[in-house]
Order: sequence, then C-alpha cells, then structure tokens
Amino acid sequence: MSANQQPILEGRGLSKRFGGHQALNKVDFQLFPGEVLALAGDNGAGKSTLIKCISGAHLPSEGTVFLEGKPIHITSAQEARTHGIETIYQDLALAENLDVGANVFLGREPMTKMFGFLPMLDRKLMRSASAEVLDTLEIHTRLDKPVRELSGGQKQAVAIGRAIYWKARVLIMDEPTAALGVPEQRKVVELIHRLKSQGVSIIFISHNLIDIFAVADRIMVLRRGELAGERNAKDTNGDEIVKLMVGG
Amino acid sequence: MNQTVKPASSGSSIIKTVGAIWSWLFLAFLIVVFEIWARLSFGQTFLFNLNSVQSILMATVQPLLLALGLTFVIIAGGIDLSVGFTVGLASVTAAQVMQSLNSSLPSGIGLALGIIAAILIAMIAGLVNGLLIARLNIPPFIGTLGMYGINRGVAFILAKGTTVPVDNPVNSALGNGSVLGIIPIPVLITLIIVVIMHYVLSQTKFGQYTYAIGGNKQAAQRAGINVERHTIGLYVLTAALAAVAGIIYTGRFTAGAAQAGEPTLLNAIAAVVIGGASLFGGEGKVVGTVIGALIIAVIEFGLVYINVSPFYQFIAVGAVIILSVLVDQSRRSVVGS
Ligand SMILES: Nc1ncnc2c1ncn2[C@@H]1O[C@H](COP(=O)(O)OP(=O)(O)OP(=O)(O)O)[C@@H](O)[C@H]1O
Ligand SMILES: [Mg+2]
Repeated sequence: MSANQQPILEGRGLSKRFGGHQALNKVDFQLFPGEVLALAGDNGAGKSTLIKCISGAHLPSEGTVFLEGKPIHITSAQEARTHGIETIYQDLALAENLDVGANVFLGREPMTKMFGFLPMLDRKLMRSASAEVLDTLEIHTRLDKPVRELSGGQKQAVAIGRAIYWKARVLIMDEPTAALGVPEQRKVVELIHRLKSQGVSIIFISHNLIDIFAVADRIMVLRRGELAGERNAKDTNGDEIVKLMVGG
Repeated sequence: MNQTVKPASSGSSIIKTVGAIWSWLFLAFLIVVFEIWARLSFGQTFLFNLNSVQSILMATVQPLLLALGLTFVIIAGGIDLSVGFTVGLASVTAAQVMQSLNSSLPSGIGLALGIIAAILIAMIAGLVNGLLIARLNIPPFIGTLGMYGINRGVAFILAKGTTVPVDNPVNSALGNGSVLGIIPIPVLITLIIVVIMHYVLSQTKFGQYTYAIGGNKQAAQRAGINVERHTIGLYVLTAALAAVAGIIYTGRFTAGAAQAGEPTLLNAIAAVVIGGASLFGGEGKVVGTVIGALIIAVIEFGLVYINVSPFYQFIAVGAVIILSVLVDQSRRSVVGS
C-alpha cells in the first residue's frame, strides 16, 4: 500500500483492560481501501478483543478509531453498521431458532402492510433477498428452517451473507474458517477474493497460515495484547510469522 | 458449503407432524372422551350446550390472559412469577378507585378511571420486574419472586386485608354481561387481546425480537436490538395483561380481592408449556398457548361435569404438563436440536 494513501479504517493506541488484565495494549493499525489485512496471534493474544473495539462490541479503555481520517466513537454494533462496518464473529451470533431470512435481516427487518394498513414483517422479501445472497455464495439450503438445523459451513455462509447483503465497506471476519471442512474453507477464501475485488476492505483473523497467505495483503501479528510485528504478505513467510507469534 | 440438509425419513416426519399438532389432537380427544362419558353415564351432551361452552371459556379467561404475557416472556427466555398477585393488585386498585368515586361520578367514568389506575399500577410493577432483570441482571426467577411478595403485600394493604366490594352497575356488566346473550364480555375482551397478541408476536419487529432474544441474546444485541429496553417492555406488557384479568375479576365478582389471581399462575405457565413454548426460550406461539389454556379448562370443567372429585384436576393437569414436555422432547430429538 502506498504511504500517501489514506486508510479507510485506522486505530491509534487502542487498549482494553478487563479488570486487572490488559487484553490489548496500545495497538495501532491501518486498513487501506480494498485491502485484506490478516490478524494473527496465539490464543488469547487479543485478536478478538481488538476487532470488538472496532465493531462496537467493546468500548476501548484507551485509544481512538478513525474512519477515513475522521475520529469515530463507536458505542454499539448498530453504530458500527451505520458506518458500513460489518462483523462476523468467531461465535457467529446467529439466532439459531430463527430462519435464514430472519437472521440476515435481524435488527433491520423490512416491513410491508397487511390489508393495506397494518404493518407486518415482509417475510417474503426477507426470504427472497437472502436466497439471492446465498445464491451468489453458491450456498444451497432450505431457507424456511431454523438456522440450528444447518451445518457449520452453512451457518457461516448465513453470517457472511448477512454482511454482504448490507454492503459492508469494511468486513471483519473473526476466524471464519475455523469450524469448516476443507472444501468450505476454500469457498470462504474464494469469497474473500471476490469481495476484495469488489473493493471491500477486510480484516481477517485466522490461526491457519495457509488461509492467511492465500488471502492477505498484509499480516499483523499480536502477542499478549501488543503489536509484535507487521509484514507485507509477499515479503514474508510462515516461519517468520510463527516467530513473531511466539516471540523470541 | 454445498451440501443440502438431509430430508427426514418418512417415519420421523409423521412424528414431526403429530408433534406439531398434538395439542390440537389432544384437545379434540379430551372433548370426545368427556362427550362419550357424559352421554353414557347420564345421557347428556358435554359440549353441545351453550352453558358448558360458556363455562369453559369463562374459566379460560384468567389463565389465558396471564399465559399470553408469559408466552412472550418465556419465548424471550424469562419467567414471571409475580403475575398472579399483579392480578390481585390491579383488582384491588380498580375496586378502591371505583368505590371512592362512586358518589361523585357516573358509573361509566368511575369504571374507566378504575381501569386506568389498575393498568398503571400493574405496569409499574412490571416496570420494576423489567428493571431488576434487564438493568440489574437479577435472574428472572428471583426478581419476579421478589415482586410476587411485594405485589401480594401491597395488594392486601390496599385492600386492608379484606375484599373490597364495588357497587358500580357498569363494572358488574363488564364482568357478567354478554353480547347477544351468547358471548360473555370477558370472553370477547380476551378474544380481542388474543388476536392482537398473535399479530404482535408473529408479524411485528417486537415479536421477532422476542424470539431473537430468547434464541441468542448476544446475537440480538450485536444485531443492534435494544435488548434491555425490549426485556423491560415484555414484563410491562405481561403486567398490563394481568391487570386486565384483575379488572375482569373485579367486574365478575363485583369486588376487588388481593388473592384474585393467586391460584392461576401455575395453570398459566402450564398453558404456555402445553402450547409448545420452551422454557429455555426461543420457541412458542400464541395459538399454542390458547390451545394449552383450553386443554386445562376442558380438563377441569370436564372432570367436574362427570362428577370426579376436584382433587383429580390437579393430578390430571400435572400429568398433561409432563406429557406435553415429553412429546415436545421426542419431536425435538427427531428434528435435531
Ligand atoms: N469479556 C472478557 N472478560 C474478561 N477477559 C476477557 C474477555 N474477553 C477476552 N478476555 C481476555 O482477553 C485476552 C484476549 O482475548 P481474545 O479473545 O482477544 O483472544 P484471541 O486472540 O481472539 O484468542 P483466540 O485465538 O483464542 O480467539 C484473553 O486473555 C482473554 O481471556
Ligand atoms: Mg478470538
């Protein structure tokens, strides 16, 4: 990324404490337009904590987030989404008792009128729109069933589909491939390429170095809540990243 | 991510279908059994007489009004143990207001003010429930158990430890009148509320968020749903419906009583559970709850009708609760949970 380009998203001095535990310590990062930034680090390194400070799930104890150079104060998931920041969480965050359409539209349901005056949820639109999104992901499943009856990969697709439907400018994915079989992992990797080519900026968290090198332009490594290093993907290799992760 | 979910085998799809409509079947079965029994043992019809139908429906009114609110609360993963005494609190409040205005205002206005006061005081109790649970993170079971005691105490204090007689003819008409001599007014009121609650739960964002919160509170939060405000709303709604039950009680018995809803709580929860709601949250329907309430009313009225000792009612209702949960579990194990 050229140095004079403005990051679409930037964090300066982000810290997060849980009681006495410093989960994140003065971390800076930049995400450039159309870039895939991979976030690597051991279990408990603070990867999820960092992205939660951006997505509105946590308030950082210190530090500021900038969107296109302007400081933003994100206090809720709702707010992050109005800025075009969509997040797919490690633990998915689907209401598994509801169907696919309901999940894609959760919190932003389209309404229609019953008998011409009585407002009601537009389930038809929710179903057809989510069918369309899943089609573009080449996911085929029945849409009228509760999400709990879907496979892990299909659930992941629903979560991704939700972010895509709402036209994320910044897409944050916390271990989107962790629960998946190999073919599904490939599909997610393909999907990330496709989104990137559409100009979406992506933060991608993974423990899988193969996936990381398959998608990332840049790799940021966290260790015990601190930034351990940052490399361009084409200038580094797995060994170096692992060294940064474990330290020493 | 291309695999489609395997279709259920035909045997399990039968279980699925029966599981889905078993409460309807069970209600029909009960009615048939009581009908045959009544005809064989004393040559009378059980169901095909206006009096029986009215009695069953009137017996359904109070537990159903509580069960409707509980359906929402339970779907959202909560419980409200205080509603029984919210009924009493509202009943006594309505009675006191009507009595104190009796000489100064026309009966209709006295009743209207009594109703408003009863609903308001109940909503305050519901608001406290909601704040305890949503804001102070007290488990619903504990918070509403505390409010059970508080509502009870306040209701008895307002009633000065006795029942509060009301001589307001409009009030009495509300509880005892009927439309065209066929549909008792309390039944009509309940029917209207059932339709509204069905609409709210199945067609509005409020209903959708109730399911979402019960299914995955964190997911709801992350989707931008104001879980705290919604939860408070659920307990206020439940209390307001309990107040309607209290107002109807006051009309029917022309008196306010602190214990007006005391015995109804368990039947109301039973109706929700028999109707297919899960006490773990995320599932339930208004129609199911209505069937559940009807099943209980038919059992209770039917057993009296065929001269079985009333104590067997408890056993029968208890057995049906357990049965309904078993049916639900086997359905779930087929569908996969
Ligand atoms: N809500 C919380 N309350 C207290 N401590 C927390 C909380 N969330 C995370 N932590 C702690 O903060 C540290 C960083 O956690 P985080 O979830 O960010 O790690 P991670 O890098 O995402 O790990 P993983 O790869 O296992 O997902 C851990 O030590 C964790 O125990
Ligand atoms: Mg994590």
